[in-house]
Amino acid sequence: MTATVPPPDTRSFRRRLWRLAETVTTPVLPSDYLDLVAPLRAGAELRGRIVAVHPETPDAATLVIQPGRSWRGHVPGQYVRLGVDVDGVRQWRAYSVTSAPGRRTDPISVTVKAIPDGVVSNHLVRRLRPGTIVQLDQARGDFVLPERAPSRVLFLTAGSGITPVAGMLRSGALAGSDVVLVHSAPTAADVVFGAELRGLAERGAIRLVERHTEVEGLLNVAELDTLVPDHLERQTWACGPLGLLDAAEEHWSARGHAARLHTERFRPTVITAGDGGTVTFTRSSVTVEAAGATPLLDAGENAGVLMPSGCRMGICFGCVLPLRQGAVRDLRNGQLTTALPGDGVRVQTCVSAAAGPCELEI
Amino acid sequence: MTVIQKKAVNPIAHLTAEDIETLGKELDAIRERVIASRGERDAAYIRKVISTQRKLEIGSRVVLLFSLFPPAWIVGTAGLSVAKILENMEIGHNVLHGQWDWMRDPKIHSTSWEWDHVAPADQWKQSHNELHHRFTNVVGKDNDLGYGIMRVDEDQPWHPAHLGQPLYNFLNACFFEYGIAAYDLDLGNKLKNGGHKDPEFRRRVRAVGRKIRRQFLKDYLLFPVLSGPSVLHTLAANFTANLVRNLWSHSVIMCGHFPEGVETFEKTSIEGETRGEWYVRQMLGSANISGSRLMHIMTGNLSFQIEHHLFPDLPSNRYQEIAPEVRALFDRYGLKYTTGSLPRQVFSAWRKVFRLALPNRRQPAPPVTPLDDSADHPTPALVAA
Repeated sequence: MTATVPPPDTRSFRRRLWRLAETVTTPVLPSDYLDLVAPLRAGAELRGRIVAVHPETPDAATLVIQPGRSWRGHVPGQYVRLGVDVDGVRQWRAYSVTSAPGRRTDPISVTVKAIPDGVVSNHLVRRLRPGTIVQLDQARGDFVLPERAPSRVLFLTAGSGITPVAGMLRSGALAGSDVVLVHSAPTAADVVFGAELRGLAERGAIRLVERHTEVEGLLNVAELDTLVPDHLERQTWACGPLGLLDAAEEHWSARGHAARLHTERFRPTVITAGDGGTVTFTRSSVTVEAAGATPLLDAGENAGVLMPSGCRMGICFGCVLPLRQGAVRDLRNGQLTTALPGDGVRVQTCVSAAAGPCELEI
Repeated sequence: MTVIQKKAVNPIAHLTAEDIETLGKELDAIRERVIASRGERDAAYIRKVISTQRKLEIGSRVVLLFSLFPPAWIVGTAGLSVAKILENMEIGHNVLHGQWDWMRDPKIHSTSWEWDHVAPADQWKQSHNELHHRFTNVVGKDNDLGYGIMRVDEDQPWHPAHLGQPLYNFLNACFFEYGIAAYDLDLGNKLKNGGHKDPEFRRRVRAVGRKIRRQFLKDYLLFPVLSGPSVLHTLAANFTANLVRNLWSHSVIMCGHFPEGVETFEKTSIEGETRGEWYVRQMLGSANISGSRLMHIMTGNLSFQIEHHLFPDLPSNRYQEIAPEVRALFDRYGLKYTTGSLPRQVFSAWRKVFRLALPNRRQPAPPVTPLDDSADHPTPALVAA
């Protein structure tokens, strides 16, 4: 709430005007008032409004989002981080943009598959209502087509791994290319964008190989030799579960064509909670092993990190630090808190202990 | 009041050390239940309060641009006073306690919040959250007992300067935010003991100076000037709103620990204090204010001071909901739940300020020794300490 947000414009008159407005609205910022009426305006933190939620399969849905005026657009294949309040708690997840790039003021869409026990994905697929404001980040990721589309392309996808590819197919950039899509899903009904993909195949725009794993079993990457005999000569983009990607990387490098394989790992870091762990204090460049019963505050102080502290009993919040990534356990009730970079999770170090490797920003 | 360790009838003598720990566990269970059920409803509540406060503040300030007209002055001043009270009490105080940190909303977070108050948030958080909430009502440790300028406990030594304390208290009430800023700086002590040369202290003084300048610029220069011909009227309106906010928050806060019935504790009594004992100290060291839902919101739910002191980091809207359970625990453990209407508690607190301006009339009762306890009530550690 303090004046940490840069003024929306660097031209000096507008900047001065903004400074004056800040003096008028102190201790909060002019944007805190503007957000009440125009959360999507230019210059505001990037947010989006849910325009519609379209079911795709029994457990997947497409969210149509009107991004705010600060949206800078996306390249097909890129993902966007989306922050949504679930049970009152802000949660961030990354989803591929599935809409074709349009004008910057056009709505975008992301397609979400509900994973079992997934707090955020289930909320988005089943409970999200049009009109909701969500937080957004600019589109990111290098799982994209080169500027000049390759003449021969293979997409190797499974489950929700189809989503970045859908964005590429819809963009029209591959209109002149020979495209094969090998996609795995449990059944035909589980194929996200099934009808659309089959339509493209019927029109001859792509060759579609559907693998229904409930009946046919998981795809063995070696089967590509028969399914797509020229696959090693194609520029290949693969997206799906880690098992598939690992197998694909092995297959392509074993045959000396690793450079032609591009992969997108949806969950690069899997946080598994343990008891104690390696704690890194990032700005101090200090790393220590901390036991599961040692408060992070003590671990830091013992290692000579200048830790902020207060009551040391969990009531004053004087010791709160950003948890960049990792898992910590609340020593009072055993509750776990996990974070990935960008989640913006802050923890009370005096009553939290490492529950696996974790990084604190100090 | 007299520290409970010296009272003729110790209000917790009937509790065994085991009782106190069981009580602590029951309170922990209440806390866990609230934490497990925190959710959308609570988040919606604080966002609603914040948006209402901002709209009310903007609306009132716009009305005050025309404060030359008496109805506009009255409406605008009343609205701005309420907005400032909400901002400090239900929003600022509670956000700075970390009550809403669990939402992970960087805009409503104890580490990023700044409030409409001359005391910078970080300084206030330290003196309030870290010192007052930890050492609640421990004579010699908790400076909230008289804010370092008054004597509000028989066990605080009397000094002739205390004769003036009814006047100090009135002035402190009128300019409460400055009182708090000075208190957070530990200004009196620092000036007396030469600590004012300490670079850290000087940095803190400069931070307060900057905050005062910004607050002044807004309330006493920019908005009046923007009002054109209503300049003086807006100036007076803003001064009045700050005064009303100061008087109100001072009154509410005085009711938290000063009324009769609230217990204080000896410095040595908290050595090796257990979780259960800490809870008991909070239970006996705080007092509630009864009233309507609106009154509770306007006090920032500090009318549930007891519940707040037990669980300083639970969302404020939950205090009211757990109060019956907490009170039932007081009854079951034979402890006194101090509460009363606002006028009654304000009167009680002021009476103490007047009474203790004079030296004690009689010697406090001799301390209760462990030998006085009957055999079937083993001495709780709190008393033995």
